[in-house]
Amino acid sequence: MRPFCDRIVAFVFALGLLVGAAGLAHADSYEDALPGFTEGSLSDTGEAIDKVVASGNALAEPLLQALDDARLMFSAQEKKVYIKTKDGKLLDAATGKPFVGKAPDDIDTVIVNNRLRGIIEAALGSLTLMSHDPGRRFDAAQAVFKSRDASALPALERALAAETDARVKEAMRQARAAIVVMDAKASDADKIAAIAVIRDRGDQDALGLLDGMPAQQSADVHAAVAAARAKIQNTLAIWNTVQTAWYGLSLGSVLLLAAIGLAITFGVMGVINMAHGEMVMLGAYTTFVVQQIIRAYNPALFDSSLLIAVPLAFLVSGAVGVVIERTIIRFLYGRPLETLLATWGLSLILQQAVRTIFGPTNKDVGNPSWMSGAFQFGQITITYNRLWIIVFTLIVFALLLAMLRYTRLGLEMRAVTQNRRMAAAMGIRTARIDALTFGLGSGIAGIAGVALSQIDNVSPNLGQGYIIDSFMVVVFGGVGNLWGTLVGALTLGIANKFMEPFAGAVLGKIAILVFIILFIQKRPRGMFALKGRAVEA
Amino acid sequence: MTAFPLTRLIDRGATIFLVLLGAFAIAVPVLNLMVPASSALHVSTYLVALFGKYICYAILALSIDLIWGYAGILSLGHGAFFALGGYAMGMYLMRQIGTRGVYGDPILPDFMVFLNWKSLPIYWYGFQHFAYAAFMILAVPGVLAFVFGWFAFRSRVTGVYLSIITQAMTYALLLGFFRNNFGFGGNNGLTDFKDILGFNVQSEPTRNALLFTSCLALAIGFIICRAIVTSKFGKVLVAVRDAESRTRFLGYRVENYKLFVFTLSACMAGVAGALYVPQVGIINPSEFAPGNSIEAVIWVAVGGRGTLTGAVLGAILVNYGKTYFTSGMLAPYWLFMLGSLFVAVTLLMPRGIIGTLKYGLDQRAGARSVAAEEGADAVQAAPHAAE
Repeated sequence: MRPFCDRIVAFVFALGLLVGAAGLAHADSYEDALPGFTEGSLSDTGEAIDKVVASGNALAEPLLQALDDARLMFSAQEKKVYIKTKDGKLLDAATGKPFVGKAPDDIDTVIVNNRLRGIIEAALGSLTLMSHDPGRRFDAAQAVFKSRDASALPALERALAAETDARVKEAMRQARAAIVVMDAKASDADKIAAIAVIRDRGDQDALGLLDGMPAQQSADVHAAVAAARAKIQNTLAIWNTVQTAWYGLSLGSVLLLAAIGLAITFGVMGVINMAHGEMVMLGAYTTFVVQQIIRAYNPALFDSSLLIAVPLAFLVSGAVGVVIERTIIRFLYGRPLETLLATWGLSLILQQAVRTIFGPTNKDVGNPSWMSGAFQFGQITITYNRLWIIVFTLIVFALLLAMLRYTRLGLEMRAVTQNRRMAAAMGIRTARIDALTFGLGSGIAGIAGVALSQIDNVSPNLGQGYIIDSFMVVVFGGVGNLWGTLVGALTLGIANKFMEPFAGAVLGKIAILVFIILFIQKRPRGMFALKGRAVEA
Repeated sequence: MTAFPLTRLIDRGATIFLVLLGAFAIAVPVLNLMVPASSALHVSTYLVALFGKYICYAILALSIDLIWGYAGILSLGHGAFFALGGYAMGMYLMRQIGTRGVYGDPILPDFMVFLNWKSLPIYWYGFQHFAYAAFMILAVPGVLAFVFGWFAFRSRVTGVYLSIITQAMTYALLLGFFRNNFGFGGNNGLTDFKDILGFNVQSEPTRNALLFTSCLALAIGFIICRAIVTSKFGKVLVAVRDAESRTRFLGYRVENYKLFVFTLSACMAGVAGALYVPQVGIINPSEFAPGNSIEAVIWVAVGGRGTLTGAVLGAILVNYGKTYFTSGMLAPYWLFMLGSLFVAVTLLMPRGIIGTLKYGLDQRAGARSVAAEEGADAVQAAPHAAE
């Protein structure tokens, strides 16, 4: 029954096209169609829909939309049709102008049933194919691709002929191909051509479409389908890998961000700072405070809140770091186990202090507009906040590297860590350099907090979640080597994401931990170990 | 001194400690069971359970002191061995529930019925027998520590690296035990225990018996530790702690010494956990939390590392403080206190309480003996260096 109906509809469409193509007065046929809605019978309404669609009038779309939403009203006495807007006003369907005067007494809703609704939706689909907005045309083509509604074919052909935008045109070709492959009557050559188009689309929908093809096909078509399926699955596998790699990169950048400050304090100075995570947390809370102030005094600045927060977080965490170094850590140099315990105590104090001041609940840190949303890259969706965090991480990394390499402070830092006594003999004030180095590592942790506030819950426990991972990254990458930290973080991030599909998130993480534990056994000084005497110091 | 191994083993401090512990282990049950509740001397059942908990923590602290104080191995994952011992005991207690569970299944614990499991996992077999469970309480932490230590010490992972990977180990176990399909009750852990060896775990006599057993275990553990640290083996351990490379160059197989003491310490921690579980009535994955292990280390630091009695004292003092502060108005300040304790002890009192006392006594004794010797050797007028 259904194909028969479809064919009738298609026939009517084609007829409508002919009428349209013949250039007969459009407006007339649209207005002629309207009384059809006033008859109160479903078959008349159906005919009227076809006529309205065929007219190609600009009002056809709002009218059909209204009909679909039960907002199309009619008056049998006046033989007139009205569109009721969503806010309850009446428009004259014939002109699209607001209706003035008193509404007729017998006004009533035009009734549709499910069969008509199907027709309306297909008709709306084909109408939007001709929309002025390329985005809507694209969406309409995608909708046809999914529905594979043969009745949309004529409209699709017409739209395809008129289309100028390459992307929309491609989508329309795919939609047409989808209809062709499902059509039992299409010739083998057409089908094989259509299969090629679908194959080039290469996503999950394309695969689903080929899977859903009728079973009775000639051998040639079967072969083409099999080849196309293999190709699509291949493409999908590649994109899947790209997607996983992207997630891994994203996780790796977060790890790197959290670990990069630790690479300075632990890696370069050799201080085990268990309160490192709390430096990250302080950075995140700085962001929160900055945003609160901006919200209260100057909401227009909200988009630049993060840019303001970055230097402030660096200063806050850096200052706390310098204070910690001056008051506690400097007394504990050369006693790493004691340092570990003291800084753990500090982390408890800092957490509790933040909990006392800000409360134990998560704080709402907003995303600026340029960090929210996503875009499509091939077959994967990339969110802006993840992208920016990767970019930001790389910038921080590069700046830090440049700082250590090219500035006087960096030179002195390296001198002190390589040979403290010689550096002191050359006139470097080693105590000052120690404090600054520790402050630098802490400040970078604070910057990391600004970025992490965008993707994680800002709570007093924020830092704890990162401390073990950060240590793993630094130890894995090799102590005293920033490049090792970079490679370590990205390796762990990507490995973690590639394990997840097989092992699940938690088991994947356990497997990574076990792997690192075994790795440390094999190479106790990490991937990129420092060679020479420095190791034993 | 070698002629009197017992006096060396049980020196004055150890004697005081054992006598006090024995008195405590007898006095508390007597005051709880015999003295009427109206009397001022009566010890409430709540306190008995609390003391039992402290004693278990003290055993854990003792095990940490053995490796940290004498062999220089700072394990930040000893809570994992404690929790594993606790889980082994918890599994025995779960199997004792039998048909009295909510679902009344004679074999499967409630949470397995709830998860729709059909049969008992193989690693739960045998836990209905106490002897097997007792064996596993020692074997599971011991084997894990042996394997872990075998890898770690052979590849010469030392110092903070070892600390960090022990922390990673307990963190990995934490994540694992949180999972339902691990078969240990997931998030909720094991609880609702009824009987231990046929006695109701909730009843007063059982609680007192558990306290007494814990004290006994502490005493045995203490004596074992004393035996180790006063032997030649213990001297080598101290040598390893103070100069690992030198000890190795002298021909000692450092990794074997460390491995033995680490494994022994893990077994002790397992026993502590096993005694802890019936007294608190629950074991869940949060016992694996890295924070717990570090907290246990600070008990040792407060009491004095490398003193054994100090570890016990530290565990009891810090936990008493925790109970005192977290149960009143001061609750929000407990973490400040604990944090400051970490900082203050490492900065101001690195020897801990007992260590400082001993050091002071030794100084005075040293000064006295130097003075005496100077008097005796006045003719020779030889200079003596006080240590």
